[in-house]
Amino acid sequence: MATELMAAETRPKRAIRWHVGVFLAPAVLVYTAFMILPLFGTLQLSLFRNIEQSQVFVGLGNFRTLFGDPNWSVNFWNALRNNVWFFIIHMLVQNPIGVLLAALLSSPRLRFTAFYRTAIFVPTILSFVIVGFAWKLILSPIWGVAPHLMDFVGLKSFFTPWLGKEHYALTALSLVSVWQFVGIPMMLIYAALLSIPDEVIEAAECDGVTGMAQFWKIKLPLILPSIGIISILTFVGNFNAFDLIYTAQGALAGPNYSTDILGTFLYRAFFGFQLQVGDPNMGATIATIMFLIILAGVCVYLFLVQTRLRRYQF
Amino acid sequence: MSTATRSLPRAIGAHAILLTYTAIALFPVILVVMNSFKSRVGIFGAPLTPPTPKTFDLIGYTTVIGQGDFIHYFQNSLVVTVASLFFVLLFGAMAAFALSEYRFRGNTMMGLYLALGIMIPIRLGTVAILQLMVATGLVNTLTALILVYTAQGLPLAIFILSEFMKQVSSDLKNAGRIDGLSEYTIFFRLVLPLVRPSMATVAVFTMIPIWNDLWFPLILAPSEETKTVTLGAQLFLGQFVTNWNAILAALSLAILPVLILYVIFSRQLIRGITSGAVK
Repeated sequence: MATELMAAETRPKRAIRWHVGVFLAPAVLVYTAFMILPLFGTLQLSLFRNIEQSQVFVGLGNFRTLFGDPNWSVNFWNALRNNVWFFIIHMLVQNPIGVLLAALLSSPRLRFTAFYRTAIFVPTILSFVIVGFAWKLILSPIWGVAPHLMDFVGLKSFFTPWLGKEHYALTALSLVSVWQFVGIPMMLIYAALLSIPDEVIEAAECDGVTGMAQFWKIKLPLILPSIGIISILTFVGNFNAFDLIYTAQGALAGPNYSTDILGTFLYRAFFGFQLQVGDPNMGATIATIMFLIILAGVCVYLFLVQTRLRRYQF
Repeated sequence: MSTATRSLPRAIGAHAILLTYTAIALFPVILVVMNSFKSRVGIFGAPLTPPTPKTFDLIGYTTVIGQGDFIHYFQNSLVVTVASLFFVLLFGAMAAFALSEYRFRGNTMMGLYLALGIMIPIRLGTVAILQLMVATGLVNTLTALILVYTAQGLPLAIFILSEFMKQVSSDLKNAGRIDGLSEYTIFFRLVLPLVRPSMATVAVFTMIPIWNDLWFPLILAPSEETKTVTLGAQLFLGQFVTNWNAILAALSLAILPVLILYVIFSRQLIRGITSGAVK
């Protein structure tokens, strides 16, 4: 293809290829109007402050407030720490479980895979509203389902109302989120495993590489690009998460802000809560910080991770 | 194959792990649906048993149906999701094709520009989006939601689809060109059918966040006419915090349509994933 196109490009005075524009135009227009321009509008807002009913340019003043003013900075660093923990739990629990399930599902001659696949993906399609409320009910000491279940395995004494304890609430919610989203890594890895050609597997079998060794030495290296994609998707998703915390713990991300992440912090700054009045400019400032964090993560992925992963073409 | 006997214990092990995880995945859903058919005494007395004639009660459902217009909310959600999905897949595939197939000045820049949206949570632009919708009079219309969700879904769709489009054999496309097919025909008749598996994947990833979104319906279309089912359920659940019958019934009503939709789409997804590309 490359040589053909190179030849095409060196051909003098070729006609304008209108079809390229036609193919690109709808996506570019909608995307620019409803995503890029509003985003820049928001970044711009973070440099202004509303003083006496008019927007005044304050440079990085809002950022100084966010990092320096104890009214803001305590909550900000708390939200950032919590968010990092939220992400770590996802990486350590969600993605290994996803890979394990996908590996099992793709084993040859295994029956009922369609059933497992469909069933395990079910939580992913449910909305945060359903998931948040359902788990709130299950973990609620009033209903008593969780202690009842733990009684079966003799762990009843370990039960505490996790969502109500500062120490456990964030981890509990992270695990709920893992429960909900494990289907995504599972599906992506599963698709990647299926796309490995039979010849490669047969060659491995001829060489006596089977079972676990085959997974670690043959399949895992081949699905590494998919694992990379999943990691960055998890990172982006976690650092703008909001709905689950909001549904389960409310905008105050209780108890005592212990489940507060950047998304809920942004929401409170933006729309106000209790006695504090909403401040669009501070909201935009937090949004800008979230943008920079996500940008940094994506750059690490694109320039450090992705370029080192070998891509195999079959 | 001779490995058949050796793989029997392994198969049992695999089934055990998969069954356990399936139980974990389905338990909360089954628990909620099961208890929604019980009386208050049944819900608290024996939460883990299916409804018996003694505990069977539809009081939760009568409360919910008497209170909210869930069928209407469901229609709104369906319109928004299907329309957004259609535009994301069509526009996304077209743009992905242009990026992966043609060399033109600014190709890489355009690709990066479009990929920028994968990492930008569109929520960060909410203020400006709201201003835009107010200015164009689109507040409290489903159109506003469709436009925003199309913009939200496009970057990932283009990113994934162009990865797959690169793998479509160029011999096939060139053969089409030699046969005198236009670029549009090549795209719609040759390439699109070949990337259908990845389209199914993209569809699922696009559909889920749109259907489940709470933020934009709340901000852009909170009126009774345009409420989506997610927003309706959230408001309803907030209202009936202590009425467990009503909450469980509302949760079940929110789960069931999604499950039906999922079963329809999952067939397509699985067929898509398993039927490889060019064979």
